[in-house]
Amino acid sequence: MTTTAAATSATTPTAGPFPPGLVQSPRMIWTTRIIGIAAAVTVALTVWLGLWVTPPDKVQGDLVRLVYIHPGVAWVALYLAFGLAAVSSLLYLWPRTRSLFWDRLAAAAVEVGVVFNVCTLISGSIWGRPTWGVWWAWDARLTLTAVLLILFLGYLTLRRVPAEPDVRAKRCAYAALFAAVDIPLVHFSVVWWKTLHQGATVLNANLSPSIHGSMAWTLLLGFVALTLVFVWMLLVRYRIGALEDYLGTGELEVALLERRSEGADGLAAAGAADVTAPDVTAPAPAATATAEVAR
Amino acid sequence: MWRDTVLVAGKDLRIEARSRVALSQVVPFGIVALALFAFALGPDRAPMAKAAPGLFWVAVLFTTVLAVQRSVSVESGDGARDGLRLSGLDPAGQFLGKLLSVGAQLVALEVVLTVGVVLLYGARIEAWWMIVASCLLGTLGLAAAGVLYGALSAGLRVKETILPFLLLPVVTPVLLAGTRIWQAALAGGTPSYGSPWFHLLIAFDAVYLALGVVVYGPIQESA
Repeated sequence: MTTTAAATSATTPTAGPFPPGLVQSPRMIWTTRIIGIAAAVTVALTVWLGLWVTPPDKVQGDLVRLVYIHPGVAWVALYLAFGLAAVSSLLYLWPRTRSLFWDRLAAAAVEVGVVFNVCTLISGSIWGRPTWGVWWAWDARLTLTAVLLILFLGYLTLRRVPAEPDVRAKRCAYAALFAAVDIPLVHFSVVWWKTLHQGATVLNANLSPSIHGSMAWTLLLGFVALTLVFVWMLLVRYRIGALEDYLGTGELEVALLERRSEGADGLAAAGAADVTAPDVTAPAPAATATAEVAR
Repeated sequence: MWRDTVLVAGKDLRIEARSRVALSQVVPFGIVALALFAFALGPDRAPMAKAAPGLFWVAVLFTTVLAVQRSVSVESGDGARDGLRLSGLDPAGQFLGKLLSVGAQLVALEVVLTVGVVLLYGARIEAWWMIVASCLLGTLGLAAAGVLYGALSAGLRVKETILPFLLLPVVTPVLLAGTRIWQAALAGGTPSYGSPWFHLLIAFDAVYLALGVVVYGPIQESA
């Protein structure tokens, strides 16, 4: 898809600059790569520490190793990704900071956040089955996570409704805002509804982790690794989003330009003999072909 | 703003009074839902009476979707939305007006559903004031969130399918709070049990009312 469109735009120099600013800058690409490498290294380290170096738990055995992944994934999904999405949406709606940058950032954050959210639910389920005896319990945090997932799947659905980038951005920013203000309400309602999830382990009230040694360090490394993975995915997704927008608006212009140039070619080929006829009839099949190429 | 509220609410309610769509389709849908729940839970009345609070609120939620869709669709033809936008009516007033109209229809429906729950499921209501208060507060929140999401989805070709998906998860707190208050009301009405839930309903109402008053205008401009 990218190559065809790039080729088309190369043949029509008036189609506008290909790289939308920041996205195509070498510094940005290198930053993304370095973060990606750092993410891969820290994840590998976490896996090594988590599976081989750290001891099994006294009570939970090897099952405890999930603790190096699950809280980190949940932290990214529930706080980082959706917090970022909410803030970006607000910044988009604020007239003085309105820019498609915030819209794409919010979209990227939600999309990556949904992936992490699903991973949270899956890893939690794997842990819950042997520990609680059930794959799913209607506990407050689980329910909140699931509701968040549904809310932001709704956001992504709304994003898929075709519209101009500006219209879509505004609509989605409002949807994110409406969903974000709901989260504290959902939180309180499900907490009062029922709760049996274990309390926060690292960030508990007196900030003294209730686990020790290599396990604590692996857990913290897991947080760092997953945060890096999130940032890397976010940057990549942002870039894809920006290029998609560029192609979405660019394609139409390219098709129009080509159709016009072909109309002009047709005119030139027909010469002075018949000036009006080729302009009306000849470009019609050519235009559909162009549209297919551009697509 | 208040004058515009009354105008818009009057317009919507007049349309409903004349077209009878709410009366002949929306309310019967609520009753059908009650009957379906009864079929699903079996002929014994004990499980039905136990589940009555939840079933009542689920029926209200589903009907809210219909009422909001109806409230959007009465303005979808003849460029009525553009007309409203150009009319110079205060957007906050329009929001409150539509909210009042949807809310009034929902309250009427809730009366019917309450009677239905009592008669068909054999639920015994001990504390009427809790029922009335939870219905009024819950309806306010449902209508506010509903009208907001209705406005957001009004211009979309897929509005019928996307509205329930966007709206229903958001009103989860209303469902939870309403159900718990109803359970307390059926169990004999201990105010101390219900009170955090009342606070939650009030908070939900306040949040979506404030949001609607502020952003209804900009949403109309963008949709």
